[in-house]
Amino acid sequence: MEFAELIKTPRVDNVVLHRPFYPAVEGTLCLTGHHLILSSRQDNTEELWLLHSNIDAIDKRFVGSLGTIIIKCKDFRIIQLDIPGMEECLNIASSIEALSTLDSITLMYPFFYRPMFEVIEDGWHSFLPEQEFELYSSATSEWRLSYVNKEFAVCPSYPPIVTVPRSIDDEALRKVATFRHGGRFPVLSYYHKKNGMVIMRSGQPLTGTNGRRCKEDEKLINATLRAGKRGYIIDTRSLNVAQQARAKGGGFEQEAHYPQWRRIHKSIERYHILQESLIKLVEACNDQTHNMDRWLSKLEASNWLTHIKEILTAACLAAQCIDREGASILIHGTEGTDSTLQVTSLAQIILEPRSRTIRGFEALIEREWLQAGHPFQQRCAQSAYCNTKQKWEAPVFLLFLDCVWQILRQFPCSFEFNENFLIMLFEHAYASQFGTFLGNNESERCKLKLQQKTMSLWSWVNQPGELSKFTNPLFEANNLVIWPSVAPQSLPLWEGIFLRWNRSSKYLDEAYEEMVNIIEYNKELQAKVNILRRQLAELETENGMQESP
Amino acid sequence: VDHYRVSPKKAALGTLYLTATHVIFVENSPDTRKETWILHSQISTIEKQATTATGCPLLIRCKNFQIIQLIIPQERDCHDVYISLIRLARPVKYEELYCFSFNPMLDKEEREQGWVLIDLSEEYKRMGLPNHHWQLSDVNRDYRVCDSYPTELYVPKSATAHIIVGSSKFRSRRRFPVLSYYYKDNHASICRSSQPLSGFSARCLEDEQMLQAIRKANPGSDFVYVVDTRPKLNAMANRAAGKGYENEDNYSNIKFQFIGIENIHVMRNSLQKMLEVCELKSPSMSDFLWGLENSGWLRHIKAIMDAGIFIAKAVSEEGASVLVHCSDGWDRTAQVCSVASLLLDPHYRTLKGFMVLIEKDWISFGHKFNHRYGNLDGDPKEISPVIDQFIECVWQLMEQFPCAFEFNERFLIHIQHHIYSCQFGNFLCNSQKERRELKIQERTYSLWAHLWKNRADYLNPLFRADHSQTQGTLHLPTAPCNFMYKFWSGMYNRFEKGMQPRQSVTDYLMAVKEETQQLEEELEALEERLEKIQKVQLNCTKVKSKQSEPSKHSGFSTSDNSIANTPQDYSGNMKSFPSRSPSQGDEDSALILTQDNLKSSDPDLSANSDQESGVEDLSCRSPSGGEHAPSEDSGKDRDSDEAVFLTA
Repeated sequence: MEFAELIKTPRVDNVVLHRPFYPAVEGTLCLTGHHLILSSRQDNTEELWLLHSNIDAIDKRFVGSLGTIIIKCKDFRIIQLDIPGMEECLNIASSIEALSTLDSITLMYPFFYRPMFEVIEDGWHSFLPEQEFELYSSATSEWRLSYVNKEFAVCPSYPPIVTVPRSIDDEALRKVATFRHGGRFPVLSYYHKKNGMVIMRSGQPLTGTNGRRCKEDEKLINATLRAGKRGYIIDTRSLNVAQQARAKGGGFEQEAHYPQWRRIHKSIERYHILQESLIKLVEACNDQTHNMDRWLSKLEASNWLTHIKEILTAACLAAQCIDREGASILIHGTEGTDSTLQVTSLAQIILEPRSRTIRGFEALIEREWLQAGHPFQQRCAQSAYCNTKQKWEAPVFLLFLDCVWQILRQFPCSFEFNENFLIMLFEHAYASQFGTFLGNNESERCKLKLQQKTMSLWSWVNQPGELSKFTNPLFEANNLVIWPSVAPQSLPLWEGIFLRWNRSSKYLDEAYEEMVNIIEYNKELQAKVNILRRQLAELETENGMQESP
Repeated sequence: VDHYRVSPKKAALGTLYLTATHVIFVENSPDTRKETWILHSQISTIEKQATTATGCPLLIRCKNFQIIQLIIPQERDCHDVYISLIRLARPVKYEELYCFSFNPMLDKEEREQGWVLIDLSEEYKRMGLPNHHWQLSDVNRDYRVCDSYPTELYVPKSATAHIIVGSSKFRSRRRFPVLSYYYKDNHASICRSSQPLSGFSARCLEDEQMLQAIRKANPGSDFVYVVDTRPKLNAMANRAAGKGYENEDNYSNIKFQFIGIENIHVMRNSLQKMLEVCELKSPSMSDFLWGLENSGWLRHIKAIMDAGIFIAKAVSEEGASVLVHCSDGWDRTAQVCSVASLLLDPHYRTLKGFMVLIEKDWISFGHKFNHRYGNLDGDPKEISPVIDQFIECVWQLMEQFPCAFEFNERFLIHIQHHIYSCQFGNFLCNSQKERRELKIQERTYSLWAHLWKNRADYLNPLFRADHSQTQGTLHLPTAPCNFMYKFWSGMYNRFEKGMQPRQSVTDYLMAVKEETQQLEEELEALEERLEKIQKVQLNCTKVKSKQSEPSKHSGFSTSDNSIANTPQDYSGNMKSFPSRSPSQGDEDSALILTQDNLKSSDPDLSANSDQESGVEDLSCRSPSGGEHAPSEDSGKDRDSDEAVFLTA
């Protein structure tokens, strides 16, 4: 195996590990193809297993012959290894560097991971598009599944099966695809059962500077409107940016050609702006030296919460159009793979109770992120500590999770999952033993044969034992639309993610435990009382029967 | 009663009434007749704004952070209201205050019992006093030595009357060092005083002996910390006025320490700035964070906390006694002593203990409630949110130690409200002496009894007396964890319901716990009956009549459910539209006021306001599983929709 070549020193003794809020541990450091392992010899409990793919950056320092490697992880944790011996230290450092930046996806851990649990339900088949379609096909016949993209020929970033208006045939879809960025023709994202309104998403129309139009495109989206009704197009770029896009062949829907649609621009930032925001935020969280004013000014300067507010506002607007205005909407930005998905998925969290359940949320991620072609591989390649500036990294998915957390915080009883579920998804999007978040779209995942060669994250998560960790004890099904506040006062920093390694969570964990206990005890009593009631009722009827003759 | 047609900003048309104690706005809308009650004593500022086509706007800002805008059609009416309110909001005599007319329908005995609920002599006994190091001194009998101190004071046994009087002459306002808190475990104590009149070189033998006596009262340590809570520069400036701070060379075995908490003027301005941020119409995230930083508010909160942490550590870890002072020893000193006590002693983290703590460190030691909170018309420069800051410190601690406090956020908010409301006599005047002269206890009611009676509303469901967090000292990290201090929107934006989490974990858990208790009782009853039936095979058909139990039970579960089904109101949320609707806040004010009004003499009032109180809140949650938000809300939403599309 090639890994052996990369591992210059597989094992070093007397390494000291420093982690926040843990005492230093001395032990043996081992490098394997995918893990960095530190085990103390005294007992087996003090072990660190770190996926190489979780390593975002490393720093080396030397004091005499004692080397220190500081490992900065994609989950924002920072750990320090003191390694005796300059050569060992250098070897370890260069090995880690090589192993954490493998070029080939097929060398990644998910291709080697052998699960230690029995797969009850194969997560690769948990959320099939046909099943998802069935959920609303009973309510409407206006939509159909199309297999036009079966070979990924029409749109490389779309899944093989998409939902489109019934009245539009595959031929028309092919034509529309040529008019939309990346071939991403408008498809159904969400059907609001309450009033039949829909969210569609797509790439930008390729109008260019000379105002190209596409009759099929107009027909397609008009097909979703009820007679006499108007719809809204939410462009996730500012008008300015959208106008500039025309010079590069992109653009936006002209009023003249889409008279039944009203366009709203809601600017959401993308790419390096978001990445820089994350880098600044994490830097601010890690900086313990400054005073209160400096902390607040750094928090402000990171703009992270500004992005949160922007995204949530756009999602609320979309949900408002659907639920309050009774109008269908089409959402797109440029490619329709980032901010578009943030908005469509958050709008569903607001509108649809199912997406606030664990299964429903998994289905949402499957549908609106994985199938919809959010390029996870590109976006999550590096995290907050990367110093190599690459073009494609952006914490788009993390921002989405943060927004979900914000809504969860405002409606703590309306979600079946808890904060840990969101944190877990964040971790696995960046480094995982599972294949779920590998690749940039379905087409790539197919080529990699992920379903055959790797394990799905859902197979693991959906085991009862794991689920219990992610279940919100406060959950009570809430069938209402939930409208979050987007006022700055209502949007705090997500401490569970960003301060996770900078503060002890002992007291908060205890509080959570206490909460679970209170509810568990209540349920226990409830069960006991029910049993007794039944017994009593049985006895009573028995007595009654004895009495009646 | 004056009669005006008024429309606050969000569409609500109604009638404004001015009474001797309240501003009351009753909405015309026939189905709700929603009422907003504002106590005159809560009014902080009244601003007459430029007349517009619709009328003459009047902006009322309250001390409990409620903001109301009234638009009065007639300019002349508006002026009259303005003039009346200015007068009513600034009473000149104590007798004008609400507590002298407030009658919660309790008899004399109940009122008297209310006043003895919190008993400081009991509290000192609980601390383990008197003992062979500390004694109760009667030196301040009839307030002879210091008129802003209470009569009941604990001082070291070795401090003779001569030493005390001598020391008092060397301290601002004669506030000599006395005991605030005694830490039984290691005999260390927290003492408090005002600044010494040291000037550049003056010294006082008795004062030095006094500190010596404090040190001797703690055999476990050979020194005393003297903590001056002012910034060093301020303390030095005071020397020029013949005041100042202790010179380490003159006092044997003291360790002197400055902890820079800013003065009342800085704090007043800081709050002002922060409230301006809270008031911004639709602030961007940057506006908000920048404004928050610029106000310096959280920096001040942290400074107070840091001082409290320092003292708590000195006492519990080093076993050293601490003497705390600032200038007069009634603002920063009160803050710092009470924060330190709260960290050290779990008793102060209980409902009753917290009342005791405020009674002791604030009320009895002459925190100038009247001046600081402007109960009577006075010097605006004396006003400062000193106790507000302490209350916020407690909230910040509650956020970090969610299981450590017996009370919840609502308790803090209601205390803050009543510090300004003047509905109860507790916080009147500037000192015990003044309160006694006014015969407060005979003429008004005690807030503590009122809170205690309604304690079910104020309990923290996560609190358990045997939980590890409720034991001993609270340990905070020493690192400068700025990020631990957060903006308290539950206080400063509390009338903007839309900004608060829409489901309350506290209320939910309290409902669960209540249900649990019922279940426990039912379980017991069932077991008993089962046993009976099994023993004696009796005819049990009659028991059927006991159907009430299951139905009672389903009642609870719907109440749980209703908490989850919070009404939706999006209008307050999309900050791009005019969202800061004053009417949003009304519910809360009604909640607080009506609870009290229920006991007021006017039965009509209580009947009306009941619907408007928290009870009404629940009832609009109740359409369990209902599809639509209450009509009122959807109406608002339509407004905001329009606004969205306009801005779009």
